[in-house]
Amino acid sequence: MSLIEAKGLSLSYGAQPVLENVNIAIEPGEIVTLVGPNGSGKSSLVKVLTGQLKPDAGKVRRKPGLRLGYVPQKLALERSLPMTVARFLNLPERRDPEAIRRASKETGIEGLEHRQVADLSGGQQQRVLLARALLTSPELLILDEPTQGLDQPGEAAFYLKLEHLRDALGCAVLMVSHDLHVVMSASDRVICLNHHICCEGTPHVVRDAPEYRALFGYGTGGALALYQHEHDHHHHHQHDHDHDHV
Amino acid sequence: MFDDFLVRAGFAGVGLAFATGPLGSFVVWRRMAYFGDATAHAAILGVALALIFSVPVTLGTLAVALAMALVVSGLATRGHAMDATLGVLSHSALALGLVAISFVPGVRVDLSAFLFGDILAVGRQDLLVIWGGAAVVVALLVWRWAPLLTATMSEDLAVASGIDPRRERLVLTLALAIVVAVALKVIGTLLIAAMLIIPAAAARGFSRTPEAMAVSAVGIGAASALAGLGASYLVDTPAGPSIVTAAAVIFAITAAVTRR
Repeated sequence: MSLIEAKGLSLSYGAQPVLENVNIAIEPGEIVTLVGPNGSGKSSLVKVLTGQLKPDAGKVRRKPGLRLGYVPQKLALERSLPMTVARFLNLPERRDPEAIRRASKETGIEGLEHRQVADLSGGQQQRVLLARALLTSPELLILDEPTQGLDQPGEAAFYLKLEHLRDALGCAVLMVSHDLHVVMSASDRVICLNHHICCEGTPHVVRDAPEYRALFGYGTGGALALYQHEHDHHHHHQHDHDHDHV
Repeated sequence: MFDDFLVRAGFAGVGLAFATGPLGSFVVWRRMAYFGDATAHAAILGVALALIFSVPVTLGTLAVALAMALVVSGLATRGHAMDATLGVLSHSALALGLVAISFVPGVRVDLSAFLFGDILAVGRQDLLVIWGGAAVVVALLVWRWAPLLTATMSEDLAVASGIDPRRERLVLTLALAIVVAVALKVIGTLLIAAMLIIPAAAARGFSRTPEAMAVSAVGIGAASALAGLGASYLVDTPAGPSIVTAAAVIFAITAAVTRR
């Protein structure tokens, strides 16, 4: 049974259609990368799946009792609210200190416990959010553009970490990325969204090809891969599409 | 012990501080300062209606403050441009209340008691209402603390954790209405928002966790109440404004000390 399954999702902001008849299902243990140009509805789709947005049409069905770990794109922090990393990790539920130690080690945030969340760098905040999500022992981890602001070696290191986490925890991963062509090589599926699902496939792993070396340099450990978009359908819609695909 | 009016006044101020400390922290974190003002100003309309229909003043205040808080909170969720809307509601409620009170037949109403409070006239009955109301507010906030805090930190994270931010907002709305009704006698409609914001803002500078800030705000609120009463007794200044002045002095000191 799928962890989460959405059928016929449609959503619009006013007259602006954001999602049109989107079907998506995530199976246990798989890594799914969701790509699409800016404004294609990726974040909206994630928000519908996590329950933050209600679709105009369609249904989201979760496995009963699904443990969901969610890492938002970023936190809009209010400076007037004092919050240490240690307190944040125990929100909304108190967690086992041993589990916190493990998650902190896993995400490399040891030593930050007593710092204010608002004083951390963007990358550190991202890792704290990931640690907090891991504390729910998630069956499904949803990450919204987690590599934004990272350089390519940083992105590769994050992907390797995520792959390792999936192997260790056995959780499924749904990750949003704005990079259309370079994706996490461990992705079982890549879904390309532009209001509707344009295409779906597996990443093309070219880590040993000399061209790849030239493109990505060394030290990325094979974490990155290319994704070839194959749009085998024609668009009959009236509205404009701007796909910009190779 | 409660025979002395000054003792009763002290207990009234400290009792109110227990409610305004944690609630005021949320008002600061969520930038609801103007929201608190609008709700407090509506209380004067509640007083007028209570006098006209001969129901207990606390009850009338509670009902009108709750109605105002619900309206404002409803508008906020629908994403209206809040600044002007709140200004219109807040000042209209105050003006309407003052006009309505002039229609109350019979007894001349001591308006300044409702605008600035009359803490030195607090009786045993009032003390019961104040501590009872404060206990309800504290119990409400302690009960919903973790989800409230999560929703305040990030609505997205709250929803993903199965928390309904609208429900938590309703808890705050209700708590605010209770505080307004309870604080009327102590501090008056015009200065309720000050008692919510100033102690919490003063506590922010040296607090590292939300819990520490809420507890410190209670301490600062209580200290302000006692200091203000003391000044009022010694120098014969109006009690309510003296309490707020004491809080402002504490704020200035902590701001100067904790400034980097």
